[in-house]
Amino acid sequence: MYKKLIAALLKRGLQALIVALIVGLVSFAMMQALPGDAAFRIAAGRYGYDLMDAAAAEAVRQELGLDRHWSLQLFDWLKALAQFNLGESFIYRGSVSEKIAVQLGHTLTLSLSALFVSILIAFPIGIYTGLNPNGWADKFFLQLSIFVRAIPPFAVGLTLVLIFSVHLKLFPVAGFRSFHHLILPAFTLGIGMAAVSNRVIRDSVLEAMHSDWQLFSRIKGLPSGLTLRAHVLRNAALPSVTYIGVQMAYLIEGVVIIETLFAWPGIGHALIHAIFGRDIAMVQGTALTLGLIYVGLNLVIDFLCSFIDPRSAKS
Amino acid sequence: MIFFASYSPLKLYRKIGLSRSIGLGLLSIIIISTVIGPDLVGHDPAKQDLLHARQMPNAVHLLGTDHLGRDMAARLLSGARLSLSLGILSLVTAAFLGISLGIIAAWFGTWTDRFLTSFADAILALPGLLLVLILMASAPGSWWLLYIGISLTLWVEFFRYTRQRSRIILAHPSVDASKNLGLSNYFILTRHIFPELRNGLFTISAFGIASAITAIAALGFVSVGIRPPMAEWGLMMTQLLPYWREAPFLILQPIICLVLTILSLHLSVGGFHKK
Repeated sequence: MYKKLIAALLKRGLQALIVALIVGLVSFAMMQALPGDAAFRIAAGRYGYDLMDAAAAEAVRQELGLDRHWSLQLFDWLKALAQFNLGESFIYRGSVSEKIAVQLGHTLTLSLSALFVSILIAFPIGIYTGLNPNGWADKFFLQLSIFVRAIPPFAVGLTLVLIFSVHLKLFPVAGFRSFHHLILPAFTLGIGMAAVSNRVIRDSVLEAMHSDWQLFSRIKGLPSGLTLRAHVLRNAALPSVTYIGVQMAYLIEGVVIIETLFAWPGIGHALIHAIFGRDIAMVQGTALTLGLIYVGLNLVIDFLCSFIDPRSAKS
Repeated sequence: MIFFASYSPLKLYRKIGLSRSIGLGLLSIIIISTVIGPDLVGHDPAKQDLLHARQMPNAVHLLGTDHLGRDMAARLLSGARLSLSLGILSLVTAAFLGISLGIIAAWFGTWTDRFLTSFADAILALPGLLLVLILMASAPGSWWLLYIGISLTLWVEFFRYTRQRSRIILAHPSVDASKNLGLSNYFILTRHIFPELRNGLFTISAFGIASAITAIAALGFVSVGIRPPMAEWGLMMTQLLPYWREAPFLILQPIICLVLTILSLHLSVGGFHKK
């Protein structure tokens, strides 16, 4: 029963390790590639440009061991990463993990609301069009999905801002204070995801409706509503939920861009700002967290699939 | 006459359907105007003219001027050149790598296959744009890193598709028959594998260029991609956003260009691809 779950756990664990390795190696390479003396840069970040001198830089160099061979430094860097020690931000006072602990909540709020919005839009449309294939609604939503899919998330966001914030003044343009601020970014990401997933749901509902067991349950006398609830939707749910897993990449990519557009104080926003400021410790921490969220959400999808269809967990 | 009849748009339309015809038509218009457009417009996309900033479209500036008085038409076309050339270049690189490695993996199997597949899986452990972002972090605005990063994320899909299809094709009895007839590996490659792969690869390519162009614009939009003096659609959106109220027609232009380009690419291969 649990073999498949353990396999999924192992696979995602390995992926998490690869994410950590890629992020760690790239940020270490970035550290080495920075022009000038890293010790001076870090000292300036810590004490301010006016308050630091060669002695302070020397102290930083000794503390972080920046004068050793790069291979030893790489070992230390990866060791610190393995111990979840993400270091101090180069620009802001305080450790990277503290900053991320705050941002993580905001990012999860946004991504889960976006997921919720996409489910709220995609399932009714997908089920309706799947039950009434080739009707006017099916054709209309196919064209609409193709069109919405061609608009990148930030362009969807910009358009929504221009219409609902600037023109109609219904929602705030950007920022983070109340529930109102969440609506536009969540809809931006949710609409983009729903544009594809509603078609996947439609296809799986359609396939389930044409199956032998659907016909059989109608022949044995089950009412159509019960057949739909107990047989069709449950069977159609599996490909739909699997597909939501495929969309996690879209969601995480979207979060980075959309948080920046709406000034939502999450991890993606922090990542972009860290890249601007060449705050490598912060780049490493935020990229690592986003990568791990991606892997984690995929794991949740794996578990959900085996919950919906116990057969897939047994085999 | 017969020649023209067989290549008439009507024939093509009947063969491939309405949405693909619209897509291909739109795509050809975009490509032709990208190639010859900058010369027709005749303005320098970087030349500022602060006395004539934020003009409505007029006879001199067909699409108006931006907040620094630069000609919008020239900038949009120059952005199109940048996005399309970088998109096509990364796609060609990714397709070459993905297809050849995919065939190698399917052909040799065993540890070659296992090694290449795990390498592809390792790349998939991170969402594509995040990988490009991390790479761009080491040198924001670097053209080369953008090119490498996008190619690195795009090749995986070519690889997976080619590997999976080629394995099926190579196991087919007809390939054995060709081998027994003494036909060369080159023959198997060009007559058995490539014809089967062609349609799928076209779809992946069109969607690949579309996602490359989206990525370039998204990075430009958050000011991590192409740097300001260059005209780039995502960057133009960020620059023109503050002038929404005075000149709404300005910010809509790069958005429309981007959406039309992606839409034409999607439509030209049939409009839908669940990825």
